[in-house]
Amino acid sequence: MDIKVNVRESEGDAYVVDLTGEIDVYTSPKVKDAITELIDQEHYNLVINLEKVRYIDSTGLGVLIGGLKRVREHGGSVNLVCTNPQIKKIFDITGLVKIFGIFDDEQSAMKALV
Amino acid sequence: MNASTHALEVSSHGTVELKIPGRAEWVAVARLAVAAVASRLRFSVDEIEDIKLAIAEACTNSIQSAGGVDAGVIEIVCDALENELRVTVRDRSPGLHLEPVKPGGIDEGRTEELGVFLIRALMDSVDYTSDPRRGTELVMAKRVTS
Repeated sequence: MDIKVNVRESEGDAYVVDLTGEIDVYTSPKVKDAITELIDQEHYNLVINLEKVRYIDSTGLGVLIGGLKRVREHGGSVNLVCTNPQIKKIFDITGLVKIFGIFDDEQSAMKALV
Repeated sequence: MNASTHALEVSSHGTVELKIPGRAEWVAVARLAVAAVASRLRFSVDEIEDIKLAIAEACTNSIQSAGGVDAGVIEIVCDALENELRVTVRDRSPGLHLEPVKPGGIDEGRTEELGVFLIRALMDSVDYTSDPRRGTELVMAKRVTS
């Protein structure tokens, strides 16, 4: 069980974080480190691509929420790309669909950034 | 019903016990093992995913209750019943409070509640006991609906 994290610059000042694998209590610190590093470098508009994520638990959700809170303090935003029905269901039942922009593709997620 | 089909149905019932080290890297083992037990019953793929997540959240709770380092041994007992999977997760931690599921989801500022929120939302029943000397026991069940 592992998570692969790839960070790349996109349009404007936006960055994309591509995640591949499973995000749980063991792997979420790696995701947190990548997001924290971007924010510490003053990149506040992020798209987190969950298309290749097979599993996410509460610690993974907590990392995403933590990142969103931090970028909002600087007027930024975090949008998610997610098409996996099981993962979308988790965002739905936790009510997190109301605080994240969740999109079917990266282009739409990028376009919707503040 | 032929003899071989009957034998398969009977073998779906039983108890599986698992002990894992109470550390983050072992949680995946617990959720995969419980998923394998759940697959013996007539759960859908989505329901098995729900069970996997609930069990992982229970184990994660144990680890976080122990300060996120080492929760000792976490015991997981799976009882595969006629139309239900009952899973008991025991540890030596003081445990966390299980809030009831609130309509509309969790408060954005209370991410520590996410795990127990998910357990309650994904399973049909959840019982919880905590004793400073005996530790914490979480019993959760999901019924087969198909």
